[in-house]
Amino acid sequence: MINEEAVHYSRILTEVTLSFHIIYATIGVGIPLFIMIAQWVGIRRNDEHYILLARRWTRGYAITVAVGVVTGTAIGLLLSLLWPNFMEVAGHIIALPLFMETFAFFFEAIFLGIYLYTWDRFDNQFKHLLLLVPVAIGAAFSAVFITTVNAFMNSPQGFEILNNELINVNPIEAMFNPSMPTKVSHVVATAFMTAAFILASIAAYRMVKGSKHIYHKKALHLTVTVGLVFSIASLIIGDFSGKYLAQYQPEKLAAAEWHFETSENAPLILMGQLTDDNEVRYALEIPSMLSILAYGNPSAEVIGLDQFSEDEIPPLYIHYLFDIMVGIGTLLIIVAAIYWLGIRRRWKFIKSKAFLWLLVFSGPLCMIAIESGWWLNEVGRQPWVLHGIMKTAEGATSSNQVELMLWLFTGLYVVLGIGSVIVLTRMFKKNPIERELAERNQ
Amino acid sequence: MDLEIIGILVLWTFLFGYVMIASIDFGAGFFNAYSEFTHKNHIISNIIQRYLSPVWEVTNVFLVFFFVGIVGFFPSSAFYYGTTLLVPVGIAVILLGIRGAYYAFATYGKNPAKHYTFLYGATGLLLPASLSIVLTISEGGFITMVNNAPVLDYWKLFTSPLTWSIVLLSITSLLYISAVFLTWYANKANDKKASNLLRKYALIWAFPTMITALGIMVELRAHNPTHFANLLNLWWMFAISFLFFLGTVWLLWKGKKFGIAFSLLVGQFAFAFYGYGFSHYPYLLYPYLTIYDGFTNEAMAISLIIAFILGLALLLPSLYLLMKLFLFNKTYIEGKNPSSKGVPSK
Repeated sequence: MINEEAVHYSRILTEVTLSFHIIYATIGVGIPLFIMIAQWVGIRRNDEHYILLARRWTRGYAITVAVGVVTGTAIGLLLSLLWPNFMEVAGHIIALPLFMETFAFFFEAIFLGIYLYTWDRFDNQFKHLLLLVPVAIGAAFSAVFITTVNAFMNSPQGFEILNNELINVNPIEAMFNPSMPTKVSHVVATAFMTAAFILASIAAYRMVKGSKHIYHKKALHLTVTVGLVFSIASLIIGDFSGKYLAQYQPEKLAAAEWHFETSENAPLILMGQLTDDNEVRYALEIPSMLSILAYGNPSAEVIGLDQFSEDEIPPLYIHYLFDIMVGIGTLLIIVAAIYWLGIRRRWKFIKSKAFLWLLVFSGPLCMIAIESGWWLNEVGRQPWVLHGIMKTAEGATSSNQVELMLWLFTGLYVVLGIGSVIVLTRMFKKNPIERELAERNQ
Repeated sequence: MDLEIIGILVLWTFLFGYVMIASIDFGAGFFNAYSEFTHKNHIISNIIQRYLSPVWEVTNVFLVFFFVGIVGFFPSSAFYYGTTLLVPVGIAVILLGIRGAYYAFATYGKNPAKHYTFLYGATGLLLPASLSIVLTISEGGFITMVNNAPVLDYWKLFTSPLTWSIVLLSITSLLYISAVFLTWYANKANDKKASNLLRKYALIWAFPTMITALGIMVELRAHNPTHFANLLNLWWMFAISFLFFLGTVWLLWKGKKFGIAFSLLVGQFAFAFYGYGFSHYPYLLYPYLTIYDGFTNEAMAISLIIAFILGLALLLPSLYLLMKLFLFNKTYIEGKNPSSKGVPSK
């Protein structure tokens, strides 16, 4: 028995929770790397600025992680509460990475607690830095394991179904499913990329606001350089994702690219608008580009939506999500590359306010790209919760109280969201770097 | 041993761990708010700052571990419990969210506002109430199958004396556990004032704990005779538990050896908790779900157990390190260490 209303509200509540959680989760996975780099550079060069960078980033990080713990616990439980039928099946096949994710997070939480409360407790700073290694590893592996579960939802394997029973389950084969390599690497690389640009935004903002302190320049240089590396990596992995989709989830790729008829030399459609009878208007078409994206060959045949029945096609608005994600990603590569070249060639304009403003927006833009990417991934899998096996509606709860829960949880997220922004701004406004440096040198 | 039994033992052990450390956490929040209310401010708040702030996230993972593990080992539990527990567990998650926000915004930030401290304290009592409902439901009689889907009868649940006696036990025992632990911790921190106050709280809550525990036995006899009979077969476990209880109370009364008093308390709850667990066997949910028919396939069970052993090999040394730094390190506990004020906001 499918309870339509419960399905509807379960989807909204999951969307709201994940959209909120992914902000903190992405920051949580990405930032430890930067704290580590800064502290390491600081110790090696005996440069107090980098040490302070690490300390100040850690303070902010502690708060985002705390919120991430709350939202992570929420989504962890909501999966079973809202999608009990799905979790019953998933539990049989893909519980292993889910279980390992808790271990990874356990590991991260323990060492983060220790790291946070042991500044100045070691004479040898390297020992303190070592405590951060398990934090970074735990955070990254949390992302790896949980994304593995998501990859499984896109390309389930490692089991057989006989008379409605699951047989021959192989948990390892389920983990290493076709979607896993590209999805996991894309998630981890973009988490580092996003963390880089968010930290760059903060430094750029201080500089726009008139601070001439070398501290911010060091921060900006470090974050944008590393950001450039990971944004290029994300682009390359993104290309592999396209090839994965063409082979295993062609309807997702076709819907995202508005590719209606199976054809060779398929063009890539950017932007545009769809009329009621699925005619594309005002779009930018790059000839043969979709064939290249899908198979690395301009004359390759790309499967179109005509090969699928109406009720197995995802909503076509995911095209815009794709455009937003790719557009922002490309823009950020260009901005970071110009900055990097500009520093080496001493171009004046990269110190101009206009360019700094561009950098200020890089962090928020990158977060929008992350959100679009996840929406593209999740909406693009519809109507399936487990691709080809179970439809989303079949996985949902039959409970009648989902709407009430939606309001309560939304309230919680509003409080957490506003609270974290207020606390973070207050924390750093009250204690600018100039003051902290002066106090330390007394 | 059956894989089913290994699975449920692992989960039950983590649940026990969660019950103990979460009780300390929840109770401390309550005592903190209470002492703020009676203007005995800051006697307990220092301890909360020094002990709870670094470990609350770890506490939380114990819970996550339990519910992820139960879906892994017993996927059918997701179907029965997931469908019916939306409201009580949903509310528990929101209460946990409020507590997380308190740690994030108040203790990492600056002095918490008064009303927030009260809210934080109140969640400490509401959480065990909402979480313990799961145990009540597991006794059966509150869930019926309608159109092949389990439905929770709220009216029956909230009018059942069993529900309320379990809620009462969860609250009294959490206050008791928390007070005993904090007495020991404050004593180690050389904070005589706090230690005396908490010792008093511990003694106050000792007997209500025992009385509410007996109350459940009486209610269970009427509600689920099978379970009650199994419980009586394990009378010796509860007898040992009671002896441990007497030991703790005696030491507290004499005001000495708080460390041993706390160990005895852990023993008391361990025997009661496992005794209850064993007597619940083989049911996960009376009468619909046993650990045998809800169990996952063999391949998954074995890989989960291997992952668990490997994970534990990583986890135990790390937990030991955490405890060594924040529980057994004298200079840190006494607050003499420069960074013991937590993440300095300055």
